[in-house]
Amino acid sequence: MARIGVFVCHCGENIAATVDCGKVALQASKLPGVAVAIDYKYMCSDPGQTKIKEAIKEHNLTGVVVSACSPRMHEGTFRKACSEAGLNAYLCEMANIREQCSWVHEKSEQTTQKAYELVRTLVEKVKLNHPLDPIKVPVNKTAVVIGGGVAGIQASLDIANAGHHVVLVEREPSIGGHMSQLSETFPTLDCSQCILTPRMVEVAQHPNITLYSYSEVEAVDGFIGNFNVTIRRKARYVDEKTCTGCGTCTTKCPTKDIPNEFEQNLTTRRAIYVPFPQAVPNKPVIDREHCRYFNTGKCKVCQAVCPIDAIHFDQEDERIQLNAGAIVLATGFDIKRTDFFPEYGYGKYPDVIDGLQFERLASASGPTQGEIRRPSDGQIPKTIVFVACSGSRDAAKGIPYCSKICCMYTAKHTMLYKHKVHDGIPYVFYMDIRAAGKNYDEFTRRAIEEDGARYIRGRVSTIFEEKGQLIVRGADTLLGGRPVEIKADMVVLATAAIANTGAATLAQTLHVSYDAYHFFSEAHPKLKPVETNTAGIFLAGACQAPKDIPESVAAASGAAAKVIGLFSNNELTRDPLVASVKRTPAPPFSTCMGCMMCVSVCPYQAIGQEEIRDRQGKVIKVIAYINPGLCQGCGTCVSVCKSKSIDLEGYSNLQLLAEVEASLHS
Amino acid sequence: MSEINKRVGFYPGCSLNGTASEYKTSVLSLANAFGIELEEVPDWNCCGATAAHNLNKNLSLALPARVLANAAEAGMKDILVPCASCYNRLALTLHALQDESVRAEVEALIAKPLDAGIRVMNMIQFVQEYIQPHLDEKIQRPFFAKTACYYGCLLVRPHEVLHFDRTEDPQSMDEVMQTLGVGTIDWPYKTECCGAGLTMSRTDLVSKLSGNIVADAAERGAQAIVVACPMCHANLDMRGQQSSGKDTAPIPILYLSQALGMAIGLDEKQTGIGHHLTPVKPELLCAKQPEQIVQPEFKKEV
Repeated sequence: MARIGVFVCHCGENIAATVDCGKVALQASKLPGVAVAIDYKYMCSDPGQTKIKEAIKEHNLTGVVVSACSPRMHEGTFRKACSEAGLNAYLCEMANIREQCSWVHEKSEQTTQKAYELVRTLVEKVKLNHPLDPIKVPVNKTAVVIGGGVAGIQASLDIANAGHHVVLVEREPSIGGHMSQLSETFPTLDCSQCILTPRMVEVAQHPNITLYSYSEVEAVDGFIGNFNVTIRRKARYVDEKTCTGCGTCTTKCPTKDIPNEFEQNLTTRRAIYVPFPQAVPNKPVIDREHCRYFNTGKCKVCQAVCPIDAIHFDQEDERIQLNAGAIVLATGFDIKRTDFFPEYGYGKYPDVIDGLQFERLASASGPTQGEIRRPSDGQIPKTIVFVACSGSRDAAKGIPYCSKICCMYTAKHTMLYKHKVHDGIPYVFYMDIRAAGKNYDEFTRRAIEEDGARYIRGRVSTIFEEKGQLIVRGADTLLGGRPVEIKADMVVLATAAIANTGAATLAQTLHVSYDAYHFFSEAHPKLKPVETNTAGIFLAGACQAPKDIPESVAAASGAAAKVIGLFSNNELTRDPLVASVKRTPAPPFSTCMGCMMCVSVCPYQAIGQEEIRDRQGKVIKVIAYINPGLCQGCGTCVSVCKSKSIDLEGYSNLQLLAEVEASLHS
Repeated sequence: MSEINKRVGFYPGCSLNGTASEYKTSVLSLANAFGIELEEVPDWNCCGATAAHNLNKNLSLALPARVLANAAEAGMKDILVPCASCYNRLALTLHALQDESVRAEVEALIAKPLDAGIRVMNMIQFVQEYIQPHLDEKIQRPFFAKTACYYGCLLVRPHEVLHFDRTEDPQSMDEVMQTLGVGTIDWPYKTECCGAGLTMSRTDLVSKLSGNIVADAAERGAQAIVVACPMCHANLDMRGQQSSGKDTAPIPILYLSQALGMAIGLDEKQTGIGHHLTPVKPELLCAKQPEQIVQPEFKKEV
């Protein structure tokens, strides 16, 4: 005989203001099988939980229904209380009379009646619950960090320094990301390379870090603590182990006119190249698409000049499988290029450049050795117009969000320009100056007040070339929208920051959610900023939203802290609410017909086949098998099973039917 | 005489019956030469341009809606609207009528049902669809002069409603003109403001704006400007030349239909090029008329 306890919470005024909680408890107490029903102001508080614990002992309860908020809010709290009182945690259920009743209805008799009916359905369900034990799974203490920009580097170092093994996977031939391209950084104007390259070297030399550069994550399955990750190491055609990085090959390669990606296409590179002098690993890579040998079958100059025979044209992509307990996504961002802007010339004017190109022009290691010279003719521009919010905050362009970093880097650009070209005039067209951050506003004020950047509040409507000069037309909205026309020698567009290429594909590979702009979604915007909705996968840096360096580093350390916390356990407990294929005595062993419909619908690849054999070992039946370690309890397989052979623990067909039946009886 | 094998609805609006009568003449001749009869929307009225949509929303929708209803009643599917402003008003109204409640309100105002399925075409769209497929075989006088295509504001905006061409750097008219000969210039003034309706109240402003457009086209080597809007034409032809501030000879402003008409060998009467303030001299723009060509006869009854 069931002895169910019903505990109706007022949630202060949240429930009690529209639901007569006392009446709900009174009615519930009359339900068959209910041994005790009480109401209390805050059931989740310490005295509230004590009431539940005492009732369990006093009435020797076989089940508990807490009628309060959403189970997402406090199911864990109440299940823990029950188990402390000696009742199996999975014999505790919640009836949600707050989000699904009191918050959405006016105060009335019907509202109270609905709350009572919700309680009644759960009472009928909990009668069919049975004790379950959590599943324990071991934790593999290796972390895979995807992306080797500043965020990935920081996360890798933090995790590795805590004593755990890290596999850092970088798509490009070198780690460093966008930060390695920057000249100086705001708000201190310290050199980007000087603060980043030591950390890149640290990654390469760290005993706990395995670096796979020029590699991509191809497949991920498994779950928190036990991911299986497949990494494709793209063929470099250079043996990383024997190559000494002498660079002879990169100076002799006859294919010269390939746009240099690291230099934002401002210079060219060869087909065998090291992306930049401070690259880690400092080993060249052959660009197969442009290599003369791969295109014509003749050349091999690099192989001929290599003193240690490190070049192997027959190298192939290599696949590596490894197990990991956690994954950190740090795939970073990209920017819109100037060809995204028809009004600014579709990228056809060489002297209309983007922010990253300006970084290269201002960088001491850049194509002009840090002199600001415009791309078209190498002249020093005497007037530069900077256009903030190029594409950002512009719904018509499909990018309504703020790119966040542009206000600061544009102010920095004006300062770098003025420090190098004293008689130069920098103009900045802006919508708002968003300089929220430590020492940020002071920095933009310095650009305006000390370095003489001329800020014009308004948008630029068009840019075109006339007699070798760029004509920039815009409006000064602080002067009542007066039209402004500036003859500029160069224009720098602070183009919108966007998700990196391939972000959506990677998110699908990892089963991580992403937003409409392909930035990865955090589990909670405030309280779980570095977690994703998939347990064991964490976010670091600008793959989540546009972020500057300090923020990226902070997020990376946050993600690392989560990984280290996870790795502090030897095993994890998982909810036992998983599906299983029902078995019956022989024959027929199971009602499963082996149609395997469930296999194709399972989003977690948790279902496989199981062979039932007789004593001679002959296969007599093939049925579906659900791996409890992989099953996430979504129930999709249950709904497609034609023979009703699959049941989900905690949500069995019988339990749901009991709920439906109870909700229909009045 | 060309055989008539297609009928397309035609909404001239006020300009084509007045200051831009040569636009109408050239459009009708061009269509005729390609075997298309342009059939005027019966009992058409003002599109409400400028005045109505500044003063009264209902009126701004009801006026074009009545034109559309009349066209639908007459069984028309495509309507050519050569005036860019009329085109804009009619297309915007069609868009607004997609909202059921607006539609019901407007239907009540004009006491006529509004049928979906009518398509409003501007001059460029009409040319793309009905003229261009057969253009190559008809060209007799290819252009040797470079032209500048000027689109103005109303043909390509607002993009969310019209979905026509690239808003910032339109190409459609350039593509048509390129089939006629040496080609068009790439210039940044394609959609710059000509001053439009301020031409009477702020003549100084319009002279300046239109003057800049004409001057830049001339500067970049254009020998004619091609337009598809009566207002643009009036401003560039009338005001633009006065104040372009250049010593160079004024450059002629052609309607797209006139340029096409000249290229297929229509005479001055049919293209109406004699009506411009800046003289148009075909021999400076396109090849000589081949002899022994039978002219398509101008259909007098329309």
